[in-house]
Amino acid sequence: MGPQYAKAVVDGVLTGGVYALMAAGLTLIFGVMDIINIAQGIMVILGAYLSYVLSVHLGLDLFATLVLTVPALFVVGVTVEWVFMRRLADRERTAMSILVTYAVAIIIEGILTQVFGVSFIQLHASYVNSSVHVLGFYLPYIYLYGFALAIVLLGGLYAILYLTRFGQSLRAALQDRRAAELIGIDVERVRTITFGIGIAVTAAGGMVFGATNSFNPNSGYDLISRLLTIVILGGLGSIGGALLAALFMLVLEDVVAVAWSPVWSTLVFFAALVIVLTFRPQGLFGRAAARAQ
Amino acid sequence: MSGTVSGARAGAVLAALGILAVFPLVFSNPTTTTIGLFVVIFMVAATAWNAFAGLSGYIALGHAVFFGSGAYTLAIVAEKLHMTGGWSVFELVPLAGVVAGLIAIPFGLVALRTRRHTFVVITIAIFFIFQLLAFNLTITHGSSGLQTPTPLWTAVGYNQRFYYVAAAILVLTVAMAWAIRRSRFGLQLLAIRDDEDRARGLGVRTGRVKLIAFAASAVPTGMVGAVYAYFLGQIFPQFAFDPLFDITIALMAFFGGLGTLTGPLLGALVLEALQQEFTLHFSVGGLYLIVYGALFLVVILLLPQGVVPTLASLLPRTRARLTQRAGAEA
Repeated sequence: MGPQYAKAVVDGVLTGGVYALMAAGLTLIFGVMDIINIAQGIMVILGAYLSYVLSVHLGLDLFATLVLTVPALFVVGVTVEWVFMRRLADRERTAMSILVTYAVAIIIEGILTQVFGVSFIQLHASYVNSSVHVLGFYLPYIYLYGFALAIVLLGGLYAILYLTRFGQSLRAALQDRRAAELIGIDVERVRTITFGIGIAVTAAGGMVFGATNSFNPNSGYDLISRLLTIVILGGLGSIGGALLAALFMLVLEDVVAVAWSPVWSTLVFFAALVIVLTFRPQGLFGRAAARAQ
Repeated sequence: MSGTVSGARAGAVLAALGILAVFPLVFSNPTTTTIGLFVVIFMVAATAWNAFAGLSGYIALGHAVFFGSGAYTLAIVAEKLHMTGGWSVFELVPLAGVVAGLIAIPFGLVALRTRRHTFVVITIAIFFIFQLLAFNLTITHGSSGLQTPTPLWTAVGYNQRFYYVAAAILVLTVAMAWAIRRSRFGLQLLAIRDDEDRARGLGVRTGRVKLIAFAASAVPTGMVGAVYAYFLGQIFPQFAFDPLFDITIALMAFFGGLGTLTGPLLGALVLEALQQEFTLHFSVGGLYLIVYGALFLVVILLLPQGVVPTLASLLPRTRARLTQRAGAEA
């Protein structure tokens, strides 16, 4: 175990935390609504562009931009749910939702391409460019701050789920939609807000992603394929599973990058999904038939 | 009455074949024939996709794997054999189909174990594996791509040669889709779409049926991928394995009508012609994506049945109303 392996593991855990946040939104949306939101990837990129505009043109600190971008993406999420998701018929709802959200993703990609073009950009701040010396290697501060942000927001998400009345309704809708309706929960409203929350977390994820990677409107594809891999491995609808799977996959990817080559590490990411699903169709951490699908 | 209907249908088929045959002769302008070629290529891909996904209900979003594998098969074999441009290169097209069909077997064995949304996601994941392989293998030359032989044909009739090869594949593909739809095998696929567990209980060998249909839909897709690569003269991983291709052929089938024979043809005609027009007139791709996504939403949310079944359901109703009115007036 040379220092490069230690770095790979630390890198993997820190970026894994951010992926866990983005994946939590995706898996929450699925759990409550039976919707797979293909637009989650492009929403992350949209969040990154919003932070970019605010930091470059208004001179805001990257973390301060979240005060505006998180509510903005919450509104985008609620609007998308209200305009499109409600109209989905119950039959083949999940498969149809993949197509509809794919179309939404294409439209957002088109708008971003019109506005920003296709050249790659990256978010900048003092803590993006300076590093801290730990365990014999250098780590940009943004990785630590981003991880801390992800932990705080995931904690907030858990607090909403387990400590509030809305969270109670949400968990009821997650367990059994009809029973939740029968005891007087407005499931439609729960769904709309859940979609909003699931999208809002991408604003934070997008800011950290944009500060640690260069991106363009096309980057959404790569992100969504990773996020889907994470939530399927974690067992769709399980937030805890998504957290574990995100950490597992990103550490695996970083270690493979060191041991073998960065070129093949992404391949391992998808190959892991294929291998796991061949033996465990319900995912690594999923309960068998958590929802009767 | 049924005699007239089948007579009318035979006439329509002949007319369609006639239009397919004379189109590049009447509209011989290279821009138009290029659009025609792309429309035919996508008609094949959408029909093949629909023959599997439309009948079985398995929404596969990884058919670009077959398209790209076909494209790379032609490019790699032509390079290894030092082939020069000409008709002989087209002999690799069936080989490309076979390779795509062979790739579909392990792909299907893994992916078809899962159902519904998990199936969709695993096809996307396998698609990305292939795109990454194309980017990183030495045999594909990675992101610098591969050249295919340049035929030394004169400009007159240049596009037409590619067009007729693609059109021949189209006729075979539509015939295959028709045969599947009319056969016991097609009924088994429909039974899987309606209720897979019950179909299995009734003795349908679901695993085998799904796998055969999956491989059968891969073959024509690989063949047109090869034609595409030869026509363009060079291929790159991001164009041979394009995530938009996956969603485009699904949209074409949905637009026309999932599970119908004419639906994917109509979808490919409208959408591919639209896309080619857009690429001609607007340099930035953003606007096209917006229109495309919006059209997709309109189709799925407002015409979930597709254009062809919607028209077909309107037609008897209109006819019945006319008869009723005639009866009331009499």
